Amino acid sequence: MAHAPEHSTDRPEILDRVNPAELPRSKLILNDRGFHWITDKVCGIVEEPTPLWWKVTFVAALFIASFTGAGLLYLVSTGTGTWGLRSPVGWGWAIVNFVFWVGIGHAGTLISAILCLLRQKWRTSINRAAEAMTIFAVMCAGIFPLFHVGRVWFAWWLFPLPNQNGIWPQFRSPLEWDVFAVSTYFTVSTLFWYMGMVPDLGAIRDRAKTWWRKAFYSVLALGWRGGNRQWSNFEMAYLLLAGLSTPLVLSVHTIVSFDFAVSNVPGWHTTIFPPYFVAGAIFSGFAMVLTLMLPLRAIYRLHDVINQYHIDNMCKIILATGTMVGYAYATEFFIAAYSGNAYEKFAFVNRAFGQYAWAYWIMVSCNVITPQLFWFKKIRENHSLVWIICLFVNVGMWFERFVITVTSLANDYLPSSWGYYSPTIVDIFTFFGTFGFFSVLFLLFVRFLPLLPMAEVKMVAPQADPHAH
Amino acid sequence: MNERNESIHGVACTFRSPSDVFHAAEKVRDAGWKSWDVHTPFPIHGMDQAMGLPRSKVPRLTLLGGVTGFITGCLLTWFMNSYDYPLVVGGKPFWSPIFPFPVMYECTILFAAFGTFFGQFILNRLPRHHHPLFDLPQFARTSDDTFMIVLEARDKNFHLDESRNFLLSLGGQEITVIRE
Repeated sequence: MAHAPEHSTDRPEILDRVNPAELPRSKLILNDRGFHWITDKVCGIVEEPTPLWWKVTFVAALFIASFTGAGLLYLVSTGTGTWGLRSPVGWGWAIVNFVFWVGIGHAGTLISAILCLLRQKWRTSINRAAEAMTIFAVMCAGIFPLFHVGRVWFAWWLFPLPNQNGIWPQFRSPLEWDVFAVSTYFTVSTLFWYMGMVPDLGAIRDRAKTWWRKAFYSVLALGWRGGNRQWSNFEMAYLLLAGLSTPLVLSVHTIVSFDFAVSNVPGWHTTIFPPYFVAGAIFSGFAMVLTLMLPLRAIYRLHDVINQYHIDNMCKIILATGTMVGYAYATEFFIAAYSGNAYEKFAFVNRAFGQYAWAYWIMVSCNVITPQLFWFKKIRENHSLVWIICLFVNVGMWFERFVITVTSLANDYLPSSWGYYSPTIVDIFTFFGTFGFFSVLFLLFVRFLPLLPMAEVKMVAPQADPHAH
Repeated sequence: MNERNESIHGVACTFRSPSDVFHAAEKVRDAGWKSWDVHTPFPIHGMDQAMGLPRSKVPRLTLLGGVTGFITGCLLTWFMNSYDYPLVVGGKPFWSPIFPFPVMYECTILFAAFGTFFGQFILNRLPRHHHPLFDLPQFARTSDDTFMIVLEARDKNFHLDESRNFLLSLGGQEITVIRE
């Protein structure tokens, strides 16, 4: 470097002539909140006397949940025939609701695992609630296949357990893969959620004033002491569980889509299903996260830790995945036309213009058109509107599963066996009640467990950096 | 070491900020301490190096779990569908590594997660509901906004008065003796 200037270690000369743009990182915690403020805020939710809104919503949620109880009781005492399932549609609301709820759960794992691996620090504020949502959504999902087996007291035959018939599950069936995928998903999500919560449970324990509170949180916190020797193993385990949950969450909805794709029904037998189902699941899940977090943020005044930056990011993910879903709808049509397969072509034309066209167009307007509004900053900043758009997304995603399941079965190869499927009142009761069941669990979580991961939120605060000045 | 240390667990000292405790930890490490720990409300970035800790052993247990899970998945599907009760379904082979792959895959993840989850608690010696530190009033704040270094009496460097002064020289705030 013959021409290297003598002051080469100094500021490059070019910087004196140009005006480099300052691109500050978005703040994750507003108003320079300290560690103690975060502890007070999160523990305060658990420690305050039960608020009135909680009591009212809890009773309402229990009432709604009783509809599932009533629906299932009637089903078990009478028989699966009370659901609207009959030839040719043997998979109606049961699988629609199952796929809907499992899909909701996926955003929780995306936030806790995939965004952790991608080092997206904004995930920390919403991580815990989203994971709780995952677990409760999978519980709601499980109800449908469990009772769809007919004699629910034999549902354990789905698991590889010795039974009096001396036979075993049949592993060539995608439904059996589903048993493994969903039960693994539930177990691993619960372990991940609980392990992440242990340090925060310790923090609540350390502040507990009453003996029962102390006892309750001591048992749950397992004697966590927050020593760095513990944190070292904890952080490694957290990273590994994130690494394990990532292929897991992608596999779960892939296997759910195999339930359809492995069959040879027109409209189901496509290779696009796994990625398309995963994108749809994340899409609906994020909509549910916002549906839950926006009211909680307002009630508990969490504006400093869940700020516009977090909401913007979630809206943008909904926009991106919604667009992917729209693209998948278009691809399905193209492939159907390009395949030259008359049945495949008919299946898609029938979806858009056949007897279920109303459901198809509800799906397209809610899933493809509504999320496009999130291109606009003004709309992302209007939280009531964001909340309403998210409800539309969830309605749309339910209809997507309805369209896929029902249109293909109702009008398949043989016109003589075509039919029109409608749910019965028992179907409606059972599904409606799951929203209550979900809310009961979520309200209990909000009331008794740390809503935000305190340790993780503190970790992303600027003052947590040991080299900060 | 002296006889009086029999009933003493160690000496605790609080620090105000992550930066203070980080630099203090580096000095404790350089002084050759082995039995000591830094209690913090959240994991501090780089603290493992500042304490001179080796890499966590959790990944070994994860690998062990994962391998066990994969083998379990293989054996489960082979035993049930090919050995104990061979069942002809669509003329497909009784066992192949292809069709039960989702089952093997999920078993691998499930057991690896068990290895990680239980491995973490085993390596951390948890659950342990009784520990001398829990009797310390200052300790309760280490899950909130206080940082604490604990030098344990079983370390060969430990001497009550010297260790106290050592902690003070590191910029510690409040020094307490922890009784067993």
